[in-house]
Amino acid sequence: MNKKQLVLEDGTVLNGEGFGSDRMMVGEIVFNTGMTGYQEIITDPSYCGQIVTMTYPLAGNYGINRDDFETVHPFIHGFIVKETCEIPSNFRSEESLDSYLKAHDIPGVYGIDTRKLTKIIRKHGTMKAIIADQSEDVETLLEKLHRQKLPTDQVPKTSTIKPYVVPGRGRRIVLVDFGMKHGILRELTKRNCHIIVVPYNYSAENILRLKPDGIMLTNGPGDPKDVPEAINMIAELIGKVPIFGICLGHQLLALACGADTEKMKFGHRGSNHPVKDLDKERTYITSQNHSYAVKEASLTNTDLQLTQIALNDGTVEGVKHKHYAAFSVQYHPESSPGPDDTNHLFDQFLELIDEAQRKNKEEAYA
Amino acid sequence: MPKNTDIQKILVIGSGPIVIGQAAEFDYSGTQACQSLKEEGYTVILANSNPATIMTDHTVADKVYMEPLTVEFLTKIIRKEQPDALLPTLGGQTALNLAVALEETGILKAYGVTLLGTSLNAIQQAEDREKFRSLMKELGEPVPDSMIVNTVEQACEFAIEIGFPLIVRPAYTMGGAGGGMCYDMKELKETARSGLTLSPVNQCLIEKNIAGYKEIEYEVMRDKNDQAIVVCNMENVDPVGIHTGDSIVVAPSQTLSDREYQMLRNASLKIIRALEIEGGCNVQLALDPNSFDYFIIEVNPRVSRSSALASKATGYPIAKVAAKIAIGLTLDEIVNPVTGKTYACFEPALDYVVTKIPRFPFDKFVTGDRKLGTQMKATGEIMSIGRNFEESLLKGIRSLDIGTEELWLSSLTKENNEFLISSLKKANDERIFVLAEVLRRGMTIDEVFEHTKIDRFFLVKLAGLIKLEQEIENKPESIELLERAKKLGFSDSHIARLWNLSVDDIYQLRSDAGLRPVYKMVDTCAAEFESETPYFYSTYEEENESIVSPRKKILVLGSGPIRIGQGIEFDYATVHSVLAIKEMGYEAIIMNNNPETVSTDFSISDKLYFEPLTLEDVMHVIDLEQPEGVIVQFGGQTAINLAAGLERRGVKILGTNLEAIDRAEDRDKFEILLDELDLLRPKGKAVKKMDQALDVANEIGYPVLVRPSYVIGGSRMEIVYNEDELKAYLAKTTNMNTEHPILVDKYITGIEIEVDAISDGETTIVPGIMEHIERAGVHSGDSIAVYPPQRISETVKAKCMKAAELISEALHVKGLINIQFIVRNDEVYVLEVNPRASRTIPFLSKITGVTMANIATKCILGTRLRDIGYKTGILPENDYVAVKVPVFSFEKLRSVDTILGPEMKSTGEAIGYDKTLEKALYKGLIASGLSIPQEGAVLLTVADKDKEEMLEIAERFHQLGFQLYATKGTATYVKKAGLPVSEVAKIGADEPNVLSIIENGDVQFVINTLTSGKQPRSDGFIIRRESVEHGIACLTNMDTANAILNVIDSTTFSATEIKQKEVVL
Repeated sequence: MNKKQLVLEDGTVLNGEGFGSDRMMVGEIVFNTGMTGYQEIITDPSYCGQIVTMTYPLAGNYGINRDDFETVHPFIHGFIVKETCEIPSNFRSEESLDSYLKAHDIPGVYGIDTRKLTKIIRKHGTMKAIIADQSEDVETLLEKLHRQKLPTDQVPKTSTIKPYVVPGRGRRIVLVDFGMKHGILRELTKRNCHIIVVPYNYSAENILRLKPDGIMLTNGPGDPKDVPEAINMIAELIGKVPIFGICLGHQLLALACGADTEKMKFGHRGSNHPVKDLDKERTYITSQNHSYAVKEASLTNTDLQLTQIALNDGTVEGVKHKHYAAFSVQYHPESSPGPDDTNHLFDQFLELIDEAQRKNKEEAYA
Repeated sequence: MPKNTDIQKILVIGSGPIVIGQAAEFDYSGTQACQSLKEEGYTVILANSNPATIMTDHTVADKVYMEPLTVEFLTKIIRKEQPDALLPTLGGQTALNLAVALEETGILKAYGVTLLGTSLNAIQQAEDREKFRSLMKELGEPVPDSMIVNTVEQACEFAIEIGFPLIVRPAYTMGGAGGGMCYDMKELKETARSGLTLSPVNQCLIEKNIAGYKEIEYEVMRDKNDQAIVVCNMENVDPVGIHTGDSIVVAPSQTLSDREYQMLRNASLKIIRALEIEGGCNVQLALDPNSFDYFIIEVNPRVSRSSALASKATGYPIAKVAAKIAIGLTLDEIVNPVTGKTYACFEPALDYVVTKIPRFPFDKFVTGDRKLGTQMKATGEIMSIGRNFEESLLKGIRSLDIGTEELWLSSLTKENNEFLISSLKKANDERIFVLAEVLRRGMTIDEVFEHTKIDRFFLVKLAGLIKLEQEIENKPESIELLERAKKLGFSDSHIARLWNLSVDDIYQLRSDAGLRPVYKMVDTCAAEFESETPYFYSTYEEENESIVSPRKKILVLGSGPIRIGQGIEFDYATVHSVLAIKEMGYEAIIMNNNPETVSTDFSISDKLYFEPLTLEDVMHVIDLEQPEGVIVQFGGQTAINLAAGLERRGVKILGTNLEAIDRAEDRDKFEILLDELDLLRPKGKAVKKMDQALDVANEIGYPVLVRPSYVIGGSRMEIVYNEDELKAYLAKTTNMNTEHPILVDKYITGIEIEVDAISDGETTIVPGIMEHIERAGVHSGDSIAVYPPQRISETVKAKCMKAAELISEALHVKGLINIQFIVRNDEVYVLEVNPRASRTIPFLSKITGVTMANIATKCILGTRLRDIGYKTGILPENDYVAVKVPVFSFEKLRSVDTILGPEMKSTGEAIGYDKTLEKALYKGLIASGLSIPQEGAVLLTVADKDKEEMLEIAERFHQLGFQLYATKGTATYVKKAGLPVSEVAKIGADEPNVLSIIENGDVQFVINTLTSGKQPRSDGFIIRRESVEHGIACLTNMDTANAILNVIDSTTFSATEIKQKEVVL
């Protein structure tokens, strides 16, 4: 057992026991309220650079399996739980949470009053935090924390460097990878799409040369304003090919249309977020993970229409272009983890593509 | 979507008397629903025959009808009230079945009554086995191989096809009544027969056994906009095969990955959508532990026991929201009352582990069949909350109030391994303790898994607890281990046992080390949003969230899980006490652990601590809250038993003091008290040694009433008629706890009278006197009580009043006191005094209009009765008659003898009130589930001592046109008196015999009395059980039989010839 401490930027010190990697790590502390899905959360690239605490006190109960990864190499900076299960029990379990985190050099701390931690984050907002041995001097750690700037390069870190193809016989989709969750890919392959994954900084011209039927903008970590090149790229694509954005992709689409984004106090992370679809007048339970959001007021002078809002706090959760085939949602219709109540959005995207192609044909014959 | 404004008046049907499988949870959900409807401005008409509920309080609905829940009476109510709508989904299976029946009669259509909530079609699709299966097929949702049968033969044929074991599930029954797992043809025949009888549509499902699968439940909600959510999912610790009501259940699921969780969530939502349910629904699924294969086991298209549990487990008030959905509101516009900021359309996130443990009645029904299966046997349950599974489980164990505060039963330590293994394979009520015991003896997790198929996750946790226990044992007074133990939920008394120290020593060690719990809030959202729910649980962590207010506080202790003898009545009194405390301007804090009840609804008190009721746990709350004092007199024996320990630790017990309780319960002191007051009592003595009992009995003469002192509900009380019986009783009792002596009393036959009084020490008022139909000897909780008394004189009433006054004054009673008397030849003998709330408080409060627990609480807090306008005396009697009729759950409890005696057996009660005793009795009996046929036949088989009395009854049945059947001895006696009687052969003889005529429904009543002593497998026992299994009234008491005869007499016309009179000219 090695005694660990989690020191927050505001000076709070929480003591626990270490598991996973033994190394010292700085990150932005956030909480997720999902009661299942730790494997997907740990491997969700959107958490790049963040230390995640789970509000559900038990983690690792069903181990780590070979199927439920959202990326090959996790980018999370730390994992904080109340309790970690040493002997998991599930037919798919390959190893324990502890051994997985060790293998990927991610530090974890258990034995922490995670409810207290969550309340601190709720009250003071997300902040920097450091995982270190209890023997380390708190003052020194705090100094280190204050000195350290939060990174702005998470998208380049998590995006693919080179384009690659996931072949299929269906519609041809270019997937712009800003730190993609495999879930998105899974939903497209399930629908038999031919997918070309391209890096975040691929140019609009190059994308169009691939002759896509549709373009998907994936989720990703950090502040959308950290990737201005993507914003420009998207601005050039709007109106040319149907676009569907998820999470960071949604924020980038909004920015490309002239709207603005802002950082939220502590964001939305969990599997139980109600979102109201304003067109359908129906509320869906969604899986969410975002620190930033599109400012509702900033939509006024753009071509974007507000389509979905978070039921509880009114956050912008979805927009669509008033004139062109482009829409996006802030949450994760691909779920994993969380409910797939909004899985139909992928079908909706494909329908949008078909409709656009019909229109094109009609125009061509006209 | 705005609420429905076409309707103004809504009829809500409650669930009626409490039986196993349908208990206090419907008081909680029904109360919530009625309040929720009133909140929206509707006029609520309530029909429920259960007087022991908060739901039937006049404040809950605009009009309350405590009438029998039958089509006949509901039709009358509908005609009279002409409601616009009917809401049947909050009153359990009873209300659902009634809605179906009412629809069939056409009354709903005739009066334009809209059915709210889920449609009847949906109900039928979920409940009817065949329709359900075809719907599942349509949806592509898997169901286990099964066949619907209407005859035993069909069942057997199918069994040959699919093999054993298999499960029998009767249609339209609750709590799995009549069903069960069958391992061979004989069991199948038996179970299928009883299942077909109990199913109102004579239909059973024979289902392939999927034992070993994980049993998972989802509580889902849907509104008319097709928005659907999961409130909570739960995992049974035991795999499929044990009724979920009898299983230890945890929430949320512990061993499901997100994919499995979402897969089952999707299936559940798909089903609720397909059924178009508007409201709550419970879906039970079986998941293969080795693949993604799953089956839908069952769907309950209504709020249920599980939904009450889910509400308490998450904080999400399912019934309240379901009621709002029923009147047309949608989830996205109903505010989540917990946060007050967010909406009901979300899925609660838990940041703790909830454990539910069933409470079984086998401490009372020692001869009952304790094996667990698909038929529910638990009478109640507890819920506990912790920040890890171990803490949650261990807190749950000590919430059970079964005499152990740890995973250890001394009785099991004496059992051999073979016995333990066999009870691992076939689970019984002590399952969790058996698991602990085998792990303690070194059985490996794999071995335990082989025998039980319980998921290794849970077994590893249990093994960890046992390992820690052993470490603790080997390292006395280690603070480090103490800390680890407390974090995992160990009780002080457990550690005290391991270290051979006293509980107070451990408390001291802990205090010195600063080891005390903090309290966390239940807020539905895992702290994501700020909440102000005053709903807390303890855990050993850093931050305490329970902010102590500067107000003066009173702590009320609840009564824990519902068990025989300590039922919902105590929760009723507790709730009223809490409300009175609030009225008096104090902060009312409640501690309780029963998820089914109204008292644990966080909106009742100012603060709710959902905690075990042990000295340790109560002291922690007191240490934090520093209340003015603690009220124990409403929480039954559970709370009373804590009083001494609390006082020892310097806590002020409010109301009647401990010394008074002791004077009433300690036999010697009680005798002195009565002598001082010059009150009569049956002769008797308390003895500590067995042989003294024989001497005392000889001295006062048989029959004698024997019982241990300090017991609930007449536990182990018996009437013995001779020395042999007494010896047999004592032999059974030797291994009992001998701390409390045995009482031997002269058994006096007479009219039993019960008085509940409120006193402030100076003024004593008796809102009403009750008389029992059955003579003394039948436990007061099992007798039919009548108000006002019909057979006693004003003089006797005055004597009772005087006694109540004297005793209350002498004991300085502040609050409630219950006194039982026997009246013989106009003399009043004091039988028993309980200076606390009794189970008749709700009944009396309702029929007299005096909210007794409220006034009593005010007395406890210093109000003088004189100042609020009361004078010592009996309050004026009403001009109508009310009866309280006990309700039993015998059909759920195999091998339990149904004979009534001094030991309480009923699980609930029904009320009947009307202008005359006969009418009230008729209603009460009907409400209790008895049918009162006007014609037919009666089987008489009574003990010699009762033959003379029986003759009178036989004569009356004959006069009313009933045919008489009797066993040999009885028949001879009846024949001698010149009455026509058919003699039937005894058990085992060629048919027709005494059993076959019951089985074939040839008789409508069976009158059977106990021969001698308690032979569990006597012929009488078999006859009584046979009647129960076939739903035929078996009367074991002559007084009950006479009362029923009076009812039949008053509702039928007999053919009487004109007497020839000699005309004198």
